[in-house]
Amino acid sequence: MEHVSGLADIGLRDRAEVGGKGGSLGELLRAGIAVPPGFVVRTAAFERFLAAVEAHGPVRARISSLSAEDLPALAACCDEVRRRMQATPLPPDLEAQIGRAHAQLCGTQGTAVAVRSSATTEDAADASFAGLQDTYLWVPDLGETLRRLRGCWASLYSVESVSYRRRRGLPEEGVAMAVVVQAMVDARTAGVMFTRSPTTGDRSVITIEGAWGLGSAVVGGEVTPDRWVLGKIVGEIAVREISDKAIRHAPARAGGVEALPVDEPSRRAACLSDEELQTLRAIARRVERHYGCAQDIEWAIDRESGQVLLLQSRPETVWSSKERAPVASTAPDPLSHVMSIFGGGRR
Amino acid sequence: MSRQEPPRGFPLPSSLRVVAGTERAQAAYPYTVQFGPADDQRFWFYNSMHFPEPMSCFDMVTAEAAYCALGAANTRVHCLPTTLGIDHRIINGRVYIGGNAVTDPGEIARRTAEFQKRAFYYYEHWEPLYAQWKGKMLALIREAQALPTPALPELEPLQHVHAGRGVASNHLLLETWQRTLEGYFRMWHHHFEFLLLGYGAYLTFFAFCKKAFPEIQDQTVARMVAGIEAEIFRPDDELRRLARRAVELGVDGRFTDGVPAQSVIRSLEEAGPPGAEWLRELAVSRDPWFNINVGDGFYHYHRSWNDDLSMPFAGLPGYIARIRAGESLERPFARLQEERRQLIADYRELLGSEEERGAYDQMIALAHRVFPYVEGHKFYCEHWYTNLFFNKVRQFGGLLAQHGFFGDAEDVFQLTHYEVECAIIDLMNAWSTGSAPRGPGHWPALVAERRAAIAQWARHETPPALGPVPEVIDDPAIVMLWGITRESLDAWLQAGSGAAGNEIRGFAASSGIVEGPARVVKSVEEIGRLQPGDILVCQITNPTWAPIFQKIAGAVSDIGGSMSHAAIVAREFGLPAVVGTGTATARIRDGQRVRVDGGRGVVTLL
Repeated sequence: MEHVSGLADIGLRDRAEVGGKGGSLGELLRAGIAVPPGFVVRTAAFERFLAAVEAHGPVRARISSLSAEDLPALAACCDEVRRRMQATPLPPDLEAQIGRAHAQLCGTQGTAVAVRSSATTEDAADASFAGLQDTYLWVPDLGETLRRLRGCWASLYSVESVSYRRRRGLPEEGVAMAVVVQAMVDARTAGVMFTRSPTTGDRSVITIEGAWGLGSAVVGGEVTPDRWVLGKIVGEIAVREISDKAIRHAPARAGGVEALPVDEPSRRAACLSDEELQTLRAIARRVERHYGCAQDIEWAIDRESGQVLLLQSRPETVWSSKERAPVASTAPDPLSHVMSIFGGGRR
Repeated sequence: MSRQEPPRGFPLPSSLRVVAGTERAQAAYPYTVQFGPADDQRFWFYNSMHFPEPMSCFDMVTAEAAYCALGAANTRVHCLPTTLGIDHRIINGRVYIGGNAVTDPGEIARRTAEFQKRAFYYYEHWEPLYAQWKGKMLALIREAQALPTPALPELEPLQHVHAGRGVASNHLLLETWQRTLEGYFRMWHHHFEFLLLGYGAYLTFFAFCKKAFPEIQDQTVARMVAGIEAEIFRPDDELRRLARRAVELGVDGRFTDGVPAQSVIRSLEEAGPPGAEWLRELAVSRDPWFNINVGDGFYHYHRSWNDDLSMPFAGLPGYIARIRAGESLERPFARLQEERRQLIADYRELLGSEEERGAYDQMIALAHRVFPYVEGHKFYCEHWYTNLFFNKVRQFGGLLAQHGFFGDAEDVFQLTHYEVECAIIDLMNAWSTGSAPRGPGHWPALVAERRAAIAQWARHETPPALGPVPEVIDDPAIVMLWGITRESLDAWLQAGSGAAGNEIRGFAASSGIVEGPARVVKSVEEIGRLQPGDILVCQITNPTWAPIFQKIAGAVSDIGGSMSHAAIVAREFGLPAVVGTGTATARIRDGQRVRVDGGRGVVTLL
């Protein structure tokens, strides 16, 4: 059984084995969109590892027997399972596979990676409640990558995660997790974009928010990003709000991310050129067309190459879930439409 | 948000004072346009879109004839359900107008039934009716062109006597005058035969787009509807053609920036066959495409390109330089058509349902059907015909000046048209009796007084609106033609209260951002002050200014919507433009640096 796959070899149809995040990144590559190179540790790897842990005593059966009401017992059990997960060595062939993929990705320069959990559940609310959104940035080497991989897996057995499953009575058998390992992008500028207006739901505009440095500063709300609204079709820039961006996130020497002050002239300078805005617009349109629905996208611009890379794309959920009456409908007499102007309808 | 807004409104008409020392000039306007006590009950706004400068007595005919025809079309011909015509008043040379809404539901219902029998017939038979319209309009133009030059011989020519003509030359003056005036009033009826229906169909599509795509730019909707080969592009296209011919014929070296048109023409006359050939090409372009005046057709002194070649000739050196640099100045019709088709298809795809797409298809089909008229009529009416009209009046001015009524033919425009007829009859009588006319002792002092009054009025700001603010502006004519909504009135009130910082907001007319020195051009005579890279700031921009659009870096206007011709030309030239700011010419100092953000509709004072 395959335990590790390159992003280029997977897609959304592999969701059950590579998770939503991994599948979506593969899908972007298929659509011709650049994403940072990487691989996914499939759910099969998790199952192998769990089997190794269970060799010393059951995990799933014990969790299944827990009551959500008895919190102290549940906490004690979770604690024990997580300790066992940290202590159990990875099966050697699995560790070798991951090591090869890591070496191939990072080469000799020792590129840092992001380790991100990739949930297999369909329900986004489940995923966020269960703490399955763990992301570790700027993981420096293989040893640390493997530690974070276990961390992702272990998060399935956090108290919050388990008590959520127990309350819902979800079967433990289906609980599995894939993990994405991706080269970090040292971003000059990064941010998010939506392929419809977050304020009016307008499908004809793209809203782009960005700031200097890594996207974590924007996503985490630590900086007020610059904001643009572009017409989706023609690209006219209707809104251009350049904010005072006091800090930027940068990779820390010891791994992880640190906040640095932005030098004075850059603070109030636009973090994207008009040309880059148009590149982002073209990418947003391509992604949206590929998925056939509005998207919520994280992007970054590589400090070295200047290339725009997508870190993530997921369906927009707020407006898409709102049903709206048609603005107007096909009329038996096409001329009757003019009565909306001449008939005094706005009184 | 729940705070009670204090009641707000504009000054009452009765509180507006005639500028001291200009009372007699004000009294010269007919009683029909003087504000009266009952006018305080109504809302009025200053029509600075059409009348940005104080109106001379004669030029008032452009309001009188236009509102006479507009009202007839709305009230009696098409029977617009919710509105009748538009009243106009004049004070300190400024034209205020007020709509006449229909509010009684029963009356609206009755008029709706009539409207659908009348207007819908027009929509259904648009193309043949518009073809017929062009025929009527060209016939009217031919008639105006055929009117004789007014003249009085000392004695009636012998051949007239022998032919038994039976009417003397002085009577022909009256006949020519009355036909001149009659033709002008008739032209305005033709003008409004389709206009409101055309704008209404466009606005139907526009309103749909605004609901379906709340953040769509006005200019984007405009681009979906605008024609590619509309008449308004023709004068500028002709200029580009002439620039190309100049290069082909090798006479391009004779066009230099700043050299007067007459000197260029003389130099071409001396340039042998190629020069003669170019001048022949010029003559082809001039008839009819140089019958375009440098304003919007409402002022006698907005002369046409044909009358004053300095405007088109000012554009030629720039175009010639671009051709020499290898640029093609041809408008790529096929590409523009394809871009428009793609734009319409792309927005259609974004709609939420097939129901919406069906309505979209129906509305845009109607908008495309009516739009050739909306774009094309101005050339025939406000430009070509109006030009003939003012020039005929100018000929009468010349005749009266020749007989001592005025110092200069242009003085005739300081008289109302009623007074001009009176002066003509004075001259007719004097010619017949052999006595001296009375006019030379009467008019020169009045003309001087009225000229001085106009100069005074131009220096006084006038409120953008008068009277109580209506709760809702629901008059389709006013919304369509002037872009006035409750929101724009609130903006005017706010601007009047001195709020607002360093930003001026208007309609986003043409995307792009540019910074530069502002050149505040309050009348068309000041166009010569524009330097390359300037931001043109004016009350209303005009498509005939197209040649200077290649020189400037951006444009800002007080009045106009995204479908105004200025906006169309700015988009064509790819210049950032903000129109309909209301206050730009008042708030921006000449020479001040400004930033124009044409995508957002914001001008920032730097």
